[in-house]
Order: sequence, then structure tokens, then C-alpha cells
Amino acid sequence: MNARVNDTDMTVDETLRQLIGEMESSAVSAPFRAVKLDRRSFLKLTGLAGGGLVLGFAMGSDAVAAAGGDGAFAPNAFLRIARDGSILIYSKGPEIGQGIKTAFPLIIAEELDAKWSDVKVEQAPVNPAVFGRQSAGGSRSIPDSWDQLRRAGAVARQMLIAAAAAQWKVPAGECSASDSMVTHGKRKAAYGALASKAAALPVPDAATVKLKDRKEYRLLGKWYTGVDNRAVVTGKPLFGIDQTLPGMKIAVYQRCPATGGKVRSANLDEIRQLPGVRDAFVIEGNGKTTEIMPGVAIVADTTWAAFEARKKLRVDWDESAASKDSWKDLSKRAAELAKLPTGTTTLANIGNVDEALKGAAKTVSALYTYPFVSHAPLEPQNCTAWSHDGIVEFWSPTQTADRAIETAAGALGITPDKVKIHQTRVGGGFGRRLMNDYMCEAGAIAQKVAHPVKLVWTREQDLAHDFFRAGGFHSLTGSVDAAGKLTGWRNHFITFTHDGKAPSSGADWPANQFPGLSLPNYQLSHTLLPIRTPTGPWRAPRSCSVAWVIQSFLHELAVAAGRDHRDFLLEVMGEPRILDGGLNTGRAADVIKLACEKAGWGKTLPKGHGMGLAFHFSHAGHIAEVAEVSVDENKRIRLHRVVVAGDIGPIVNMSGANNQCEGAVVDGFSTMMGLEITMENGLIEQTNFHQYPLLRIGSHPKVEVHFIQSDNPPTGVGEPALPPVAPAIANAIFAACGHRVRTLPLTKEGFTV
Amino acid sequence: MASIQLRVNGKSVTADVDPATPLLWVLRDSLGLVGTKFGCGMALCGACTVLVDGKPIRACTTPVSGVTGQAITTIEGLAPSTEKLHPLQQAWIDHDVPQCGYCQAGQLMSASALLASNPKPTDADIDAAMAGNICRCGTYQRVRAAIHSAADTLARRKA
Ligand code: FES
Ligand code: FES
Repeated sequence: MNARVNDTDMTVDETLRQLIGEMESSAVSAPFRAVKLDRRSFLKLTGLAGGGLVLGFAMGSDAVAAAGGDGAFAPNAFLRIARDGSILIYSKGPEIGQGIKTAFPLIIAEELDAKWSDVKVEQAPVNPAVFGRQSAGGSRSIPDSWDQLRRAGAVARQMLIAAAAAQWKVPAGECSASDSMVTHGKRKAAYGALASKAAALPVPDAATVKLKDRKEYRLLGKWYTGVDNRAVVTGKPLFGIDQTLPGMKIAVYQRCPATGGKVRSANLDEIRQLPGVRDAFVIEGNGKTTEIMPGVAIVADTTWAAFEARKKLRVDWDESAASKDSWKDLSKRAAELAKLPTGTTTLANIGNVDEALKGAAKTVSALYTYPFVSHAPLEPQNCTAWSHDGIVEFWSPTQTADRAIETAAGALGITPDKVKIHQTRVGGGFGRRLMNDYMCEAGAIAQKVAHPVKLVWTREQDLAHDFFRAGGFHSLTGSVDAAGKLTGWRNHFITFTHDGKAPSSGADWPANQFPGLSLPNYQLSHTLLPIRTPTGPWRAPRSCSVAWVIQSFLHELAVAAGRDHRDFLLEVMGEPRILDGGLNTGRAADVIKLACEKAGWGKTLPKGHGMGLAFHFSHAGHIAEVAEVSVDENKRIRLHRVVVAGDIGPIVNMSGANNQCEGAVVDGFSTMMGLEITMENGLIEQTNFHQYPLLRIGSHPKVEVHFIQSDNPPTGVGEPALPPVAPAIANAIFAACGHRVRTLPLTKEGFTV
Repeated sequence: MASIQLRVNGKSVTADVDPATPLLWVLRDSLGLVGTKFGCGMALCGACTVLVDGKPIRACTTPVSGVTGQAITTIEGLAPSTEKLHPLQQAWIDHDVPQCGYCQAGQLMSASALLASNPKPTDADIDAAMAGNICRCGTYQRVRAAIHSAADTLARRKA
């Protein structure tokens, strides 16, 4: 086992941990300010944003003049109403499949009282000074932007009403707006007709404009189809990998397969002679997995020429400081450690667990194990970069367009004002593209050539160089009393570390997480095993793995107590209250009841069928799920149906929210069923989808989604819908065949689909 | 390098490429048809699916020299005209199938081959025909529903 601690790994992992913290933080982003820009800064903004895209962008009356006085109305950077009544809304954040390019404009349109069919949507330029947060992670897009976007729309509505009121010489308070129209009695004025008058008015303070009540919503909560659907189904060039520029070449970049290896030498001369190859060179990099690891770049005329040349590349790697991680060794060591009731560090010690276990009517002990997994977005990592005129310009499928400015500048040794980023559509994120390593690589290659380059990773590289969801081991003992009540819970969590002190990114389990604060006796401790393999946030970081452990073990205890799982779970939730960390036990109980009711909990099922229940709170979302499976005598699993019940506050786009839940069920099942990343001697053993078998259409269940729409602040659902999937299915497997799943993936326990 | 003649989306085109180049890269890099996607390069994910003489094939592992003279249809050529979409494309929009959208060109091409040979597919037919297409985002439920509804549209048109 490789127990050495690497300094660069440490700082990188610290950055990644902060990233998860930042993505999950409930702090609302900087309050929206009406951006009043003078002529110079306006021109600077338009320059930054790439000419035509925001030409005509108006920031108050000064800027209307700057925009050429076309009579359009644009009180802030988010929207523009032309005289013909067309409404252009800029979606500020990255579209990664979570539906934000439709949801963000809907929020603005709701407060603007726009007619949705009048709205056209474009991707906003990357400029966090104007737009605020321009990242997609932690399911924070909706909650962090909710107020900002509502106010952006409400400012415009208030000004349009003021313009109409002035024209009709009536009090603004007597006018109302709907369907892109201001109304007073029998008089109506279309937004387009009011645009130039509204543009001449002072922009009100966004903090003071009146927002609608949920019951006044006309748009939100209904079913909308994605604004880019037509472009997607007709094959338009939307994605990072689709970008082309005049004179552009294609680059591949070979890193050392084991993290931390350096280039000693490579057959560069031979590579340069290959057909279609333009250049080949070594990049030293800065040794940060999140930025630029050492490697060899090959620049070629076509992707195929570059890929073929890579196959012929021979690099002599200096692996003296490279990862030697072995999943086999780590697992063996963890199994030994699991025999100890407590780990080296105690994180929570509530009540007296030892006493509780001693005095229990029944105790249950179990070791739960889950593997490393990869993000594997279907679009492999790629980025187009062009170093020209003193700047480096990027076309990047990133989840963190805002942070990427600083990251790329730091990695390339330039100042942030010399970095210009265009955000493309992203072919899947799942947390992988919170890191911008591929972007830094593209930038470093671009700095060495005189033309634009598109860096394209192969699938093999994408699987080899991920920031994996860490595996883990939980040694658990729990107890119930004679009345069948849960009395004690002890968890020794064996997890990983990069710095020898704190768990690796995404590999921790905080003390305040369920069921820690709901039990009279609870002990959580951990032991850390050093690794070098990069880990990072994966769809619902930590919850994506630990929820399976907790919700499965709760079921084990319910069974030991001879109790109905639903009743047992509700009893553990207890009285409605809000626990530290945000779990609202009342909202939890409501979704648990709803999921059970919709699934027909307790009804008689066909032989070989079973139903399983699980609840998890994460990313401010309360989600319960009930799965129905059947298992045949050959341990073949059929997942028939999953009922999702969620409370994520008000829903913005019902189609989008449903789609996220449907996708989360597939992702959860796919991952628990057969996905596993292993490493030996620092090398990732899985190379392509034949060894990383994502679920296919034939195995997918019927998914039903039900929301409790509350007045609680809204949150995204891309992440919170995932954690309950695996435990609901595992509990259903137990109900169907009596086999308790304690090791993932399920193929390890002999199951197939 | 060789000058290769192809028939793509009803048009004759020429590409100067190594004959061993997979069709995928000829489409994307030489012809600028980037709707066909790269996902795995090993015929495992279906992102690169195109039709050759009406049959779905994986363009990432099909050398371009093997498809000269045959009719190649890509996602850019699925719609009968710029104004009129294929019923599958319309159904995909109406059912709001895409999440990230990256797999969807491949899904649509496989689905179009299915409907061409089987106008009223069952769920099992769909599962069999679409088994080669991975959707990492998990849009399978909607893919199925959209195929059924496109099949209904086509049946109504014939009636
Ligand atoms: S890219 Fe061809 S099947 Fe995956
Ligand atoms: S929609 Fe993202 S891979 Fe299918």
C-alpha cells in the first residue's frame, strides 16, 4: 500500500473539499444589484462577451444610446425586450442536462409576466461580475439564483407598468401585467410597444421591487419542453466537442496512467513524422490533478490522426512519485480495521452506545462496502482553446464557468483578465466538470501553437483520469429494545485521505447527518486510509454512497425488531422539527407517507416480488422512494417500478423536475448494479464501457414522480433524488428474496439484470 | 490519403482521408457534420449511430472505405426538410426527452431504423432495437414513450 502523502495532492484535495462545501452551502449568492454601467464599462462588457452576442444590451438609459438606440428595453443583463415584442432572456449558468437553460428563463419570465412563447433564450456570456454565480453544482442553481432572477424579471415588469401608466396618465398601482401586456381597465399595451418608453425610465432598486406570491404564478410549476430541444434533435453544434474555428487543429494529451508520474522522455520525433501530425511536445504542468499534470501533447489535423498517433506514442514515465494504489490491498486492510468497533477519530458520541448495545433486546452487526465509481459523462472531456492577441480564449463544456477564469489563469501563468470563456452545452456533468483540468490542458497546448486547438480525450482517458466517487466501508452495530424501538447506532467508517488528516473529497460523513441527531445513543468514528487516486464530488457527494448504508441498515434493524419499515422510519424521524444541517423531520415524514401511499405500501405482491423504502435528505431536498423488484432463482433482478416523492419547494418546470428524478433512478440503479472502478499499482483497471457497463434501456423501471409543492425555498432535484434509489432497491431485494445486500455493486453478490 | 466519394444525406461529397478512418471522424472533421457524436470509439455506446442504406451502424468503428456508394443518413438528414421534422424528432421535443442531449442523435437514428422496419413496436421491440444506445442521463422512459407516440403519428398519417 502506498502510504506516502504527496504535497500537491494535499492542496488539490483541499481545493476539492472546499468546492463541495461551496457547492452545498446554503448561503445565497450576492444579492442581485441592478447593474448600472457607464458607457465605458458597458462597451467593455460587450467586448468581453464577444461582439454580436450582446450588442444591443442595454444597461439603463445611457446604455440604450450605446446600443445604437434601437428602442429595445433591457433594464439589466438578463433580458431584452425588442420593439417587436420579442423577449430575449440570457440563461447565465451552464446547461449540463439539469435543464437550467429552460428553468432560469422561466423564473425571469414569471416575474416579468411574459408570455412564454414570446421568449427566446440564449446562453449568457461568462461574466460573474455581472451575472453572479455561473456554476452548476450542488443542486444550487435554482436556490442560489431564485431571488436574483425573480428580481431581474420584476424590475422589468415594474418599469413596463410605469411606462404604460405614464402614457395613460393613470396610477401605476391601477395597472396590471400578464402575457407580455400591461392592462388598465379596457386599455392594453404590449411590452414591445412600451419598450422604448420603459428604456428611458430610471431602473428601480432590485432589492425593493415587489415579487409575486406563489398563488399568483402563471408559468412556474407547469410542463415545459427544453428550449434547446429542437437544436438537440436536429444535431446542431451545441456541445464543447462540436466547436470548430478557422484553422483549428485537434490535440490529444497523454498523462501518466498512474497519478503523479512524470515524463522522462518520449518518441516525439517519430510521432511528428506520422500522417496528419503537426507537432508533439512535452508539457511539464504544475502537478495538480485539477489543473495540468505532466504529459505529452500531440497536435494533428484530425481527431483520427491524433488518436492514431497517441496509440504509437511511447513515453518513458518516471513513476517514482506516482500512485501505487491497490483496491485489493485497501479492501483487505479495511476488512481488518472493520473488526474494531471504533476508528481512530470519534466524530460524534451521543448518549452511551455501549450501554445501549448491552441492554438491547436485539443487536445487529454488519459491514457495508461500496466501490469507487466514475462520472463517465457521455461527452468525453474536451475543450477548445485559442491563444491570440495576448489572451487565451476558451470554448468549454465546464460546470464552473465562473471559477474556471481564475483556475485557467493560474495554471497558464496569465492574469484573469486575459482569460475569455464561452460556455457551451455540456454532455453530462455529474460533478466531473466542476474540475477544469481538461480546460487547463487545452490552454497550455494552445499557448504553444499559433492556431486554435480542440483537445479531445478518448473514453479510455476519461475513465482513467477522473475524480472518482470514493469507495468506503462502514462497520455498523445497532440495537433495538423490547418494544422494537431503535436505541443505539455505532458506525466505524473506514474511508480515505489524501493529506493524512481529513477524509478525501467526497469521502467524509459529517456527524450531523441522519440518523445522528435523531437517536438517543449514536457513535460515529472513522479511520483514514491514505490514497493517491483523485476523488471528488459525484452526483450528491457522500450521500450518493452513504445513504445506501444508512437506509439499508435501518431496514435491517426494522426487520430485527419485527416492525413495519415505514412505521419504524417514521418513528425514527420523530416529532416535526428542523435538525442541524437542515433536515426537517416533518417534511421527511410527509414524503415518506406519500411515497408509500402512491406505491401501495403493504399490498400483497406477486411471488418473488418485494417492495423497499428509503428516505434521504440532501441538497435541501427531502426525498422518499419506494422500489418494487422481483428476483428469480438465478438471482436475476427486475426493477419494475420506482415511486419518487419529493419536497423541493415550488417546482419551476415540472417536466424538468420529473426528468431529473427519472434520470436519478436510472443512475442509482445503474451504479449499484454493476459499476465499479478498481485500481492496481496506481492504474485504473476499467478502460471503456464494456468494463463499466452503464444500464441500458431494457433494464429500466417505470418511474413515477410526486411532488409536495411547499412554500419552502426551492432547491434543485438533480442530486437529492439519487441517494434514496440504491437503498430502496436493496431493501426491496431483501423483501423479495431475503438476501441482504451489503456489498456493491450487486454483481459482487451474484445478482444480474 | 485517398479521395473518397460518399453519399451523405442525399448529397454526393468527397473527403480526402485515409481510407481506414472511421466514418465518424470523416463526418465530424472532414464534412463538418458534428451532430453524430463520439462517446466510446468501440461500438459500445451508440452515440455515433448513423444509417447506412437504412441500417443503423456505429460510425466510430466503420472504416469510411466500407461505405462508399451507400446511402448514409446522419441526424442532420433525418428531417425531411428544414421546416418539417421527422415524427420522431417532434415526439422527442414533445416528450422533452433530452437531458444533456448528447446521446440523443444516436438514439434517434436507432429509433428511426426501428420504425422503418417495424411501424408498431412493442416495449420489447424497442428495448431490443435500442439496446446499443446508452443514455448516461437515464432518459430511457421518455425514449420509449416518444417512440410509441411517433409510431402512432406515422400510423395516423397512413390511415
Ligand atoms: S462512439 Fe461509437 S458506439 Fe460509442
Ligand atoms: S441525454 Fe445525456 S446521455 Fe442521454
